[in-house]
Amino acid sequence: MRAGRKKAWVGLAVVLVLTAMAAGAHASKRATATIVFGTEADPALMDPSLVSDGPSLRATDQIFNSLVGFQRGGTKIIPELATSWTTSKNGLAWTFKLRHNVKFSDGTPFNAAAVCVNFTRWYSFPAPLQNAALSYYWQTVFGGFRNPAAGNPGPDKSLYKGCKAHGVYSVSILLSRRSSSFLAAIGLPNFGIASPTALRKYQADAGTVDATGVFHPTGSFATQHPVGTGPYMLSNWSIGNKLELVANPRYWGPKPKIQRVIFRPIGDTAARLQALQTGEIQGMDGVNPADFGTIKGDKSLKLLTRPPFTVGYVGINQSIPPMNKLAVRQALAYGLDRKTVATAFYGGQGTTANQFLPPALFGFAKSGVPTYSYDPNKAKQLLQSAGLTLPVKVDFWYPTNVSRPYMPDPARNFQAFQASLEKAGFDVVPHSAPWRPDYRAGVQAGKDQLFLFGWIADFADPADFLNVHFGSQTPQFGFNNAPLFALLAKADAEPDYDKRVALYQQASVQVMKFLPVIPYVWSSSAVALKSNVKGYIPGPIGPVNEPFAALSIG
Amino acid sequence: MLKFVVRRLLLLVPILIGISLLVFAWIRALPGSPAESLLGEHATPQAIAQIRHQYGLDQPIYVQYWHYVQTLASGNLGTSITTQRTVVYELSQRFPATAELALGAMFFAIAVGVPLGFFAAKRYGGWFDHLSLVGSLIGISIPVFFLGLILKYVFAVRLGWLPSIGREDVLAENPHPTNFYILDAIIEGDPAALWDAVQHLILPAIALGSIPLAIVTRITRASVLDVQNEDYVRTARAKGLRPAVVDSRHVMRNALLPVVTIVGLQAGLLLSGAVLTETIFAWPGIGSWLAGAIFNRDYPVLQGGILFVAVVFVFVNLLVDISYAVINPKIRYS
Repeated sequence: MRAGRKKAWVGLAVVLVLTAMAAGAHASKRATATIVFGTEADPALMDPSLVSDGPSLRATDQIFNSLVGFQRGGTKIIPELATSWTTSKNGLAWTFKLRHNVKFSDGTPFNAAAVCVNFTRWYSFPAPLQNAALSYYWQTVFGGFRNPAAGNPGPDKSLYKGCKAHGVYSVSILLSRRSSSFLAAIGLPNFGIASPTALRKYQADAGTVDATGVFHPTGSFATQHPVGTGPYMLSNWSIGNKLELVANPRYWGPKPKIQRVIFRPIGDTAARLQALQTGEIQGMDGVNPADFGTIKGDKSLKLLTRPPFTVGYVGINQSIPPMNKLAVRQALAYGLDRKTVATAFYGGQGTTANQFLPPALFGFAKSGVPTYSYDPNKAKQLLQSAGLTLPVKVDFWYPTNVSRPYMPDPARNFQAFQASLEKAGFDVVPHSAPWRPDYRAGVQAGKDQLFLFGWIADFADPADFLNVHFGSQTPQFGFNNAPLFALLAKADAEPDYDKRVALYQQASVQVMKFLPVIPYVWSSSAVALKSNVKGYIPGPIGPVNEPFAALSIG
Repeated sequence: MLKFVVRRLLLLVPILIGISLLVFAWIRALPGSPAESLLGEHATPQAIAQIRHQYGLDQPIYVQYWHYVQTLASGNLGTSITTQRTVVYELSQRFPATAELALGAMFFAIAVGVPLGFFAAKRYGGWFDHLSLVGSLIGISIPVFFLGLILKYVFAVRLGWLPSIGREDVLAENPHPTNFYILDAIIEGDPAALWDAVQHLILPAIALGSIPLAIVTRITRASVLDVQNEDYVRTARAKGLRPAVVDSRHVMRNALLPVVTIVGLQAGLLLSGAVLTETIFAWPGIGSWLAGAIFNRDYPVLQGGILFVAVVFVFVNLLVDISYAVINPKIRYS
């Protein structure tokens, strides 16, 4: 019996060793023409006009081209499907000369008519697709629909007026008012041009609405047949497992070295990093700053940081005294120890902000911006010059149950700011509320005197930073500054690039003199890759404009 | 037996009605709505109001419930607000993943736990018994996510013996007619795909099965200790039956009844989704899916998904009850 048991144990040990040896070969041989990239989540849909999440934008950016694109690693607008463009004298018509001999991946020719089919489609979205969560970018950039659903703006409120094809390779986009910011916006994959044949054949807008109001798409364009002119096309999508792209043989640009791109959703950041370390993926986004040291210490990996493109700020509601006094706002600016917060709480990814626009964006003012170094004594002097008795009581709000790229830990930011303000002649009364829905509702309703907030840009144009926040009167900031509003409207309408840059630089300086907010940090994100992945240039608007067609392995 | 089964199935109706009401009310009691989740910083009051109106969330709650019942009556569990995919489709993709993981974990727990508990009872008071007790304590105390991370670090990152994430090699293009990857590989007669699926299941099944393993070991040990001192066991030994026959026919058959109960309860729990295990192993099951739906306030997913989990739980418990009668023919349901 004992001998029998011994044999059983030995046999088990042998099996285990053999299993381990066989298992050691689990890593499959990976062709260098394939890259597997770990993402935070599955894409929502593959119709770029109906998405706003990072994974969807990253994937659709490989499949679709827009009329314009962006210089890699930056925000400068460059030709893409349009080779050049001009604007009419009144600024209401933008005419694009289109690239010749381009075909969609299904063989449909790309031409002016195809551009108009797409723009008309977005303008004519049926009611269920006018949902702000679906057609967010159309509503943000153009606003208004041909047949608006209840509560939506109609043609009279829309920036978009129409699309006109002039022959095969020339098309005009007609606007209802002057705006130059839309050019940067239409460079996003959300305005990628889809094959009219595929839109029709796979019923891109078809669906039903159930009794609870949820739209059920019945077509397969967004889930199985997204057809564009980009370097890749959809090959396979297994929900929760992988989304696979293969090289588009009809692509008009340089043939990609990577023939197959696989996006693998791995929600947990630690799991994503471990998959990178084991080689199961060759790249990942959403790197936790706490892991930067691990990645930098591993010779088989490399860390690439994106230029910062978000801004964290202390918001000021000037409708609540004494915030209406410039001297008080200046005292706040001198009293906030912004450098300490930006350095200490952002895992090395924070830069002290001296203005609202991030440095990577045109319109960033390189000179003339007032500086507000931490100076508690100066803050006290300013408060006294405003006729106030120290300490000056302020109600300062911060959110709970949230972590945002511009404030990973709001409570810590608040505590540091509270301490520095109290040295500067303020008596800070803390208030907090859950981010969703109470905190945001309170801020947007104009109830909060001072508050922590931030901004993640929708598209690479200063209008998406400055005009959105300071282009008109809002309850959130509670001020009415007609000259600033006019300057920002003028900057947005200016068609000449160099003049626009100068106007936005001027506006940036004006904002920092007027101080409706006190920006304190620009934060950035990072991408981690295997060391043998070449050609990845992280850009400020990542994951957009980080083409996999430019990559190689080995 | 048939009457018993039919009666239990009929009980499902009031259970589902009750659960649908509870879940419906609970979800809407959570602060926030899908709008804030979908739009982030860009959620203006107007956009939030528009989305709430579109999804009928500004209607009285009884109206919302009535619309929900109408949707259910048409055989529709709803459509995800976040992904626009039907709940039924998502379940068809995700439940097999959860079921496979749960079955793997239970197989590990039973295959290791029952023999461990049996031998611990047979060597009562000895070093093996003490070791099994300590092991059980450790197994039940270690958080699943911590154990999972350690297993991945040792066996995937350092040793490279096993994969760290997913259900199969990402480059594999195996057909999945049932979405149960191991079963699919057997159906297709593909040993490489079978081994690939098994390899990917090993670490998450061990992590997830660690707590059930500890429980099964302890219950088996206690149950065997209890049964082996019964008169009928002594009688069987006195009659000269071989010890192996006594153990298998008389001891284990009766000792397994409490184990079956525990296994059934654990299986029901595991089938409802193992959020932490699925998250750290990027296992595309319903646990992580429902957890994400809570965060996004994806009402249709939560309502449909939780209803489905309730049905699964009831069926699993029914199977447990039926299995009693199979294991011990003396048990009769009238």
